[in-house]
Order: sequence, then C-alpha cells, then structure tokens
Amino acid sequence: MAWSFFPLGDSAVLIEFGSGVDEKIHQEIRAAVRRIEGRPFPGFIECVSAFNTLCVYYDLMGLRLPGRKMTAYEHVCSLLREMEKTAGDDKEVQSGQVIDIPVCYGGEFGPDLGHVAELNGLSEEDVISIHAGGQYLVYAIGFAPGFPYLGGMPDTIAAPRKKTPRLSIPAGSVGIAGAQTGIYPIETPGGWQIIGRTPLELFRPGDSPPTLLQGGDYIRFCPIGPEEYRRLRGMQPL
Amino acid sequence: MSIRIHKPGLLTTVQDLGRTGYGKYGVIVSGAMDRSAHRIANWIAGNDDSAAALEITLSGFAAEFGQDHWIAITGGQMTPVINGRDVPMWRPVFVRQGSRLVFKRPVSGCRAYLAVSGGLDVPVVLGSRSTYLRAGIGGFEGRALKAGDELSVGLAPLRNPHPFPGERESRQSKASTISGAAGEDGSFYAVSWAVPWSVLPAYSPNPEIRFVRGRQWDDFTLRSRQAFAESSYKVTPQSDRMGYRLAGSPIMLESPREYLSEAVALGTVQIPADGQSIVLMADRQTLGGYPKIAQVISVDLPVMAQAAPGEHIKFREVTLQEAESLYLCQERKLKRLEMMIRLKLKEGYHA
Repeated sequence: MAWSFFPLGDSAVLIEFGSGVDEKIHQEIRAAVRRIEGRPFPGFIECVSAFNTLCVYYDLMGLRLPGRKMTAYEHVCSLLREMEKTAGDDKEVQSGQVIDIPVCYGGEFGPDLGHVAELNGLSEEDVISIHAGGQYLVYAIGFAPGFPYLGGMPDTIAAPRKKTPRLSIPAGSVGIAGAQTGIYPIETPGGWQIIGRTPLELFRPGDSPPTLLQGGDYIRFCPIGPEEYRRLRGMQPL
Repeated sequence: MSIRIHKPGLLTTVQDLGRTGYGKYGVIVSGAMDRSAHRIANWIAGNDDSAAALEITLSGFAAEFGQDHWIAITGGQMTPVINGRDVPMWRPVFVRQGSRLVFKRPVSGCRAYLAVSGGLDVPVVLGSRSTYLRAGIGGFEGRALKAGDELSVGLAPLRNPHPFPGERESRQSKASTISGAAGEDGSFYAVSWAVPWSVLPAYSPNPEIRFVRGRQWDDFTLRSRQAFAESSYKVTPQSDRMGYRLAGSPIMLESPREYLSEAVALGTVQIPADGQSIVLMADRQTLGGYPKIAQVISVDLPVMAQAAPGEHIKFREVTLQEAESLYLCQERKLKRLEMMIRLKLKEGYHA
C-alpha cells in the first residue's frame, strides 16, 4: 500500500497506510516507525502511530532545507518517500511479545460485569470466558499514558458506554466500550463498562520504556480471584 | 527553600518546553502554553530554554522569595506587584529576600510566566520538568501548586548587583546598565531595559488567529467552512490547558461518520458532534478521534494561549508556505533577541 501524506499544520506530517483496522496495515506502520526512528533525519522530533496512520513531528528550525524552491513540508515528505522506497528491505518484522494480564473479574473490581452479561443474554462466567479466551493485538497506545487500543474482542460481549460517565475509575480497571476492550492505566473519569481489574501497573514513569504494553504486543487476559489479586498487588491477605 | 507559595491562584504549575519523545507511549507533551513568553522569561533570567518556570493563570497568585533572586515576569499582564509596588515585566528584576510577589488582577492575556535565575529545581521525569497533571508526574510533586509549597531554585548564572541600587549609594554606580526603578522599600530593583514589543507575538484582545486547512476540511459543509473562516468564536470558560472550547456558529460534517483515532498536534482544531470547535493546546491527548477542520499556525499559538474566557477569536486562512515562512522569520527574530539579552546580561550581571 502506497503511503499518502497530509500536513498536520506546519510542524508535522501524517502518513496514511490504507483504511480500516487491519493487522497487515499495523505491521507496515511498525516497520515504517522502525525505519524512521532508526535513521532519524535532522529536525526529526518523534513518531506517533495509530490504527492506519503514522504522524511524524519535526522541528522546522532543525531541518536542512535544500533551497527555497521546496517548502519544509515537501522536504520532509521527500525524505519519507525515500524511506518508503526501501520498505520491504527489512528483515522479517519482529513480532510483538505476548503478555498475560491477570484480571480479577466481577465483584467490587468489575461492577458492570452483570450488566454486560445481561445485555448479551449470557451468564457472567460466559462473559469472562469469552473475554479471556482471545488474544488481542495492541494497535496503538494513546488516550492516557500506557492505554492500549486493542483489536480482536468478539462482538458477543459488546456493550455501549454508560450514559453518565463515572467521575473516577481506578487504575487497572478493565472495561468494554462498544466492540472495544481496554485497560485504564491511571485513575480517570470514564464511561466504559467496567468488568474487572488487573493488579499490574500499565504506566511506569520510572522505567524505560515507561509502559507495560507497546504497539505490536499481543495480550491475553487471565482470570484470577481476589486473593490472587491482593497477593500480586503486594497487599495483605483478607 | 527559595520561593514559598502563599496562594496558588486559579492554577499555577511548573512547566518547561514539554515532554517530547514519549507520544508513542501515550504520554502527552504538556509544557508552557505560551512558549514564546516562557522562553523569553528564561533568557532574561539568564537561563537556558529548557529551564523550568512557573505558569500562573489569571489571578490570585501570591508568593514570597526566601532569598535574593534575579527574576523575570513575562506573558499576560496580570498586574504583578512586589510589596505593593508595580513591578515591570519583560526585563530582569532583582528581588530581595522576604519580598512578596502578588498578581493583583488580569488586565490582558491570561497566563504569566515567572522565571527565576537558576531555574526551578524539580526532578526531571521522562526528560522534562513539566507538570503532567492527570498522570500525577513531573513538576512539583506531579500536581498544581498549593499554599505552603516551597520550591527550590538551581544555581543562578547571574550575580547579585553590588551595590544594590536601592540602597543609599555614596556615588553613582559607573555601570549604567544598573539604572532603573527600585521598589520604595528596597524590596526589588528593575533594570532600565526591556524586551521590545516589536519582537513579541502579536498579543491582542479578541485576536485574529491564522490557520491552515485540516485533514478533514473538505468533509465539512460549505456553509460550515465559510462560518469557520468568517465569523467569530467566543472562548468559553470550559477552556483549559488541554484545549480551548469555542462557542459560535456550528461546524457540521457533510455526512456524519466515525473517524479512526489518529495523532493530533498543538493547535489542532477538532470538531465533536455538537459542532463546537476545540483548539487543542499543551495538555492535549496524543490521539484524537474527532475530525480536524484546521490547524492553528505555530506563530499564533502564543497568541491563542493568552486568550481569556469571554474573548472572541476570528480565524483567518493562510497557506502552509506562509505558515512556514512566518515561523522561520519569528524564530530568527527570537534568536536575535536571545543574543541581545545575553549580551545585556553579560555587560551587567553575569557570574
């Protein structure tokens, strides 16, 4: 798929790689990121990728503009086109790691589990086994630090957002919004249906990298009980 | 301790030029809203671009200096006074230990920057000293300042003036750069030169803000595009460091649809379903799912950042090429300003 370029103002280029949520497109974007970060051009600041786009931020003052004939935007596009030409020269794309996310479903940690089950005509156990039965690709990290945009949740457990968002959802909460599932890395207000909570910390500002998950990783949810949750959080047993 | 906060006012945070390089982890850039005023404040205080300073919003701020300091106040005019006397902005000011700085009332603009020679000494988190309020990291304990907070200051690159011009002098000091206005009680002393207005961003109440077309410009109705470019929009009180929420003639899509989330930038103008624009600012999230009608050009971001609730914004379209040359031209001007300030400081007070 050819890269299409769009200016995002005077200091960034957005590259589009096809349309829709697609694992192939995602792998192509990851390969592009590696190439751009591996050979950063003068003035390059950073890359931020999403489902089918990649944004390249640059510092206008740091670019080495060849002359007055070309705008800075055109100059950056031409540098990126050079990189596009070498696409496919990469050795096999390194596949992401598979990370197990222990989740204590239902009860105080997952107050909306019953509601999600009822909406879909299932038992709570069914929802848990469907949610924990699949493998999810981390398409992107955004919205909050370390928040994974995940693909691959079966529609059979989909549930619309709450009409009135909760004022505060604890860090680690696992939720469903429409046909998406996700994990809240930090305490924030939010309208997702909360079905469980993980004891793992997704945002680790003291570590490098600062997040548990990265684009390209796969995750699996593993059901645990409240005792196990407390143990993993380093809390006293009940 | 070197600065003790008596009252934080509406919102006071420690900011530098932001946290870049972590967008792919969902970590926002943060940093000063008005980056020009922030940078200039640091230069005047003898600091580098990257030093941390206070961003003070609208009104209610009061603090006391625990030591003698060179400081600089830039940005919005919010009537700063030291021990009751007006203190001039956009120039070096030497404050004595125990002096009390208060912002009395906002006159124009809505964010002031207080830089202290040596920079605010807070830990660097993920490459920056900026406060990331929602994640609770960076800045001073990852939060907005409260009454009673005490901030430390790094080693000052400027030396203290001697003799202190406010004190009774036996003879006129030879160094003419040390002439200026002192507080009556000798609480502060301001030098006679200041940053010329001609190099500052085009600050103005009800400003005109220039934009280039956004990625989904063509998806909006003709009437909406005309309204955006021709009518004026009011800054609502719901505006904050994350974004300016504007109210006015609604902007509607030709045919409503869902967009996949993608990266946004400082100054992205996105349109949610209610048709009211949000101009994304320093604390924007990394990705957004709303269609983007426009992008505020870089040179006008400091002007935007000083717009206060109740003011009106008028947008005007420019080409990408114009936006780029305006930016390069402004940066060259600022580079010259930085050199001029450093020379002035060298004549006077460099350690």
